[in-house]
Amino acid sequence: MIRILVFFRENKITASAGVTDLKPTNIKDIEYFHKVIDCQWACPAHTPVPEYIRLINEKRYDEAYMINWVSNVFPGILGRVCDRPCEPACRRGRVEDDAVAICRLKRVAADNRKENIETFFPPIPDRKNGKRIALIGGGPASLTVARDLLPLGYEVDLYDDQSTGGGFMRSQVPSFRLPERVLNEEVGYILDMGVTTHFNHYVSSMRDMLAKDYDAVFVGTGAPKGRDLPDLPGRKDGDASIHVGIDWLASVVFRHVESIGKKVLVLGGGNTAMDCCRTARRLGGEDVRIVVRSPKAEMKASPWEIEDAEREDIPIYENHVPVDFVVEQGKLVGMHFERVEARYDDQGKRTLVPTGEPLVFMECDEVLIAVGQLNAFPWIEEDVGIEFDEWGLPVLKEGTFQSSLEHVFFGGDAAFGPKNIITAVAHGHEAAISIDLFCRGESLAVRPLPKVHLEGQKMGVHDWLYHNQIDDEHRQAVPMMDKAKSLKDRLLEVELGFDQVVGHTETLRCLNCDVQTVFRFEECIECDACVDSCPERCINFVDNGTEEELRIRLLAPAKQLDQDLYVSDVLPTGRVMVKDENVCLHCGICAERCPTSAWEMQKYTYKIPLAGHK
Amino acid sequence: MTFFRPSFRHPDLPPNDAGYYLKDYEGGISTLCAGCGHDSTNAAIIQACFELSIPPHKIAKISGIGCSSKSPAYLLGKAHGFNSVHGRMPSIVTGANMANRDLLYLGISGDGDTASIGMGQFAHAVRRNLNMVYVMMNNGCYGLTKGQYSATADKGSVGKKGEPNMLESIDLCEIAIQLGAGFVGRSFSGDKRQLVPMLKAAMSHTGMAFIDVISPCVTFNNTPGSTKSYHWVREHSEATNTFDYVPFKQEITTDYEDGTTESVVLHDNSVIQLHKKDSSIHVTDRRQAVDALEEHKEKGLILTGVLYIDPDSEDTHRIINTSRQPLNTLGKKDLCPGNEALQSINESMR
Repeated sequence: MIRILVFFRENKITASAGVTDLKPTNIKDIEYFHKVIDCQWACPAHTPVPEYIRLINEKRYDEAYMINWVSNVFPGILGRVCDRPCEPACRRGRVEDDAVAICRLKRVAADNRKENIETFFPPIPDRKNGKRIALIGGGPASLTVARDLLPLGYEVDLYDDQSTGGGFMRSQVPSFRLPERVLNEEVGYILDMGVTTHFNHYVSSMRDMLAKDYDAVFVGTGAPKGRDLPDLPGRKDGDASIHVGIDWLASVVFRHVESIGKKVLVLGGGNTAMDCCRTARRLGGEDVRIVVRSPKAEMKASPWEIEDAEREDIPIYENHVPVDFVVEQGKLVGMHFERVEARYDDQGKRTLVPTGEPLVFMECDEVLIAVGQLNAFPWIEEDVGIEFDEWGLPVLKEGTFQSSLEHVFFGGDAAFGPKNIITAVAHGHEAAISIDLFCRGESLAVRPLPKVHLEGQKMGVHDWLYHNQIDDEHRQAVPMMDKAKSLKDRLLEVELGFDQVVGHTETLRCLNCDVQTVFRFEECIECDACVDSCPERCINFVDNGTEEELRIRLLAPAKQLDQDLYVSDVLPTGRVMVKDENVCLHCGICAERCPTSAWEMQKYTYKIPLAGHK
Repeated sequence: MTFFRPSFRHPDLPPNDAGYYLKDYEGGISTLCAGCGHDSTNAAIIQACFELSIPPHKIAKISGIGCSSKSPAYLLGKAHGFNSVHGRMPSIVTGANMANRDLLYLGISGDGDTASIGMGQFAHAVRRNLNMVYVMMNNGCYGLTKGQYSATADKGSVGKKGEPNMLESIDLCEIAIQLGAGFVGRSFSGDKRQLVPMLKAAMSHTGMAFIDVISPCVTFNNTPGSTKSYHWVREHSEATNTFDYVPFKQEITTDYEDGTTESVVLHDNSVIQLHKKDSSIHVTDRRQAVDALEEHKEKGLILTGVLYIDPDSEDTHRIINTSRQPLNTLGKKDLCPGNEALQSINESMR
């Protein structure tokens, strides 16, 4: 039976929880089932994760790569260094201990794709549409805009002060995490689509750029300024041995720096700090330490990056606030730190209170400061018509990335401050849509909708189009390069990635959360078969109530408040069906045991709109 | 097709008082037809055992032949089990019970298994008031052989083949009450709110606890003209009472008016509190119980609930005065006390 659902977007995603009974869930709301696909929902670019994991499972690596490429533009790069918002969101992490290794599976697709994957890329029209676009900055946001606009016939000029494209993916991410070859390939795909590049070209004036009469200008210059600690005593005297992290990392990449002292202190607890300390270990640092103000548990770095640093014998000193640089006879010899402890008030606000212990002295030869990044637009003149807010960020129209100068757009870290690659890609897609609409003279507010549809998965009485057997395997460990070897060479990649066999095992851990449990209350005879067979006790037939009260009353308490309750219309006995989406395994047993097909397993496809989509 | 139930269970499900999780009471994945009432009945049994915190290895599940009798495969995977010959479940339970009186005996049978081939076995197990829970899953047809009417199918009921049943039906609850069962109830697989506490009460009762669970056959007997369909039972059933099962040691609280509540103390000192519609009917009165069944039948209604309880009934072991200690634990010394003991018995009879 084919059912056609007409989808629409509603601002409200969950049924309202008021004093009254829960209303039936509106599954025609475009975002309802999207939210059930936790990984895709959490991904800024909304990559259809379960879909490409299934393709990897079937060894269809090219198709898996292309799903990624269309959605997140840099599968090989992101398969190594993505911030992975999908993994903490992964349902598997709530069902058992560890999430599916989504990021590493993405790399499996990239590693095993065919040589000339470019043949799958959209064609670039010979006849251009007459519109010229300037991209300032050659990082992921700009490259995404280029990728989205070139197939539509735009002429794209890219300006960057580096000698090649990639932006901060090149200058900040060390090669032992992201080999240059991988970066060059995927940046190259886009440049080869017909970007006119102006490398080694620092744009020093927005006015001059605007004078070139581009139809639109996109600013993707990132957050280029590393925060310093200028007021700390000794900062000036020790300057020769004190470096700002991101600048130092760039110097290493471009081979201006080849070595570092034996004793190195890295200040800061973010991912840049992790990259700094691991790079220092490879340039001759023997006693490399991370020193952070906060407790270790609150460090901003991703847990796996902290783990990788610790694996390379880099200790983390938490609750140490820097006091001064100690310089003797013009040479940096160490730093003083004050020990603190974190206290929290009723609102959970943290203050770091000194413990009163004597200052801690740590010897060092060099210090790397990685305590954050700032936006900086010294090249945008105040009078060109681009407004900035009190934090120095451009004032942008919500959701369109359009600045107060209507043909100038911002994206990536340049738009809302430092985030990550995948967020920059998501910005790039939206900005490209805006630029396209703008150049065609259409309203930026009327934006294309995601393409969605539901597709039945029933093959036979008990057969499904997807692999519904739940696998008990634990998260697969990734093989690593020998530590002694990798510490000698900063160009050697540390993570070796899954091979096809391990990758296949890992794919089976995916719960196929895009295959939705769709309930048709009209067909239900309330036989309880689904309730009895559901291994997770997700399904309930109960008297309706308020959300708060219902969540306690279900067979298994529904404590995960950000996970929706799927509520049906009223059934003949006066009850409603309530399904807690939280730990549903999408195993399809409810649908297998349903005598009337009131439950159906249907795959929900949600594709984000790209520039040019209607 | 799914052959193995996934091993993951909801992380927030609590264990019972004995430290077991619901999973410890589950069995294999069902191969019955999707939507079969028996699956719900099995789930209710699992829930009842879990809630009573009975250690799974202290249960013996024994069945005959038929759809319902496949149940031992689908529940209580860690209990003792025996899938016996057609209609012979009561004999096997009798033997097992005589050997080891310390287990909870869960006899699972169907209307074909009990009301036809096993009728004689049923009658005599009830007469002896064998200490067991006898769950008869009643769908009025033989599902395994394509839906022929069974002996409990109501006269005039129409199944999937379209020809009405012309024979008189057997009401096993009435017979059980007449033959001396200490606990008789009737429920519906689609009403766990009634069925689970009823099973718990039955498990707390010592002696024959017979429960007729109307359990629709979704494939052959869930038709509009069938009196054992989900729809019909929901429309035509009337409960004698609603009741609470209160385990021993738990404080009894009730907010019902006096006079309509009747408390019955079971053998293990747990209590059934009945909140009755008609306060004049006493659930401990045999004759009234049979009358109530007949009256509802006349009106075309199915009477459900706890139909009859004899809290003072004596089970087989008491009647025949067996050893308190399970026979299977008696050693040679107890069983063969020797010539001296024999002589003293003989002497006492001279």
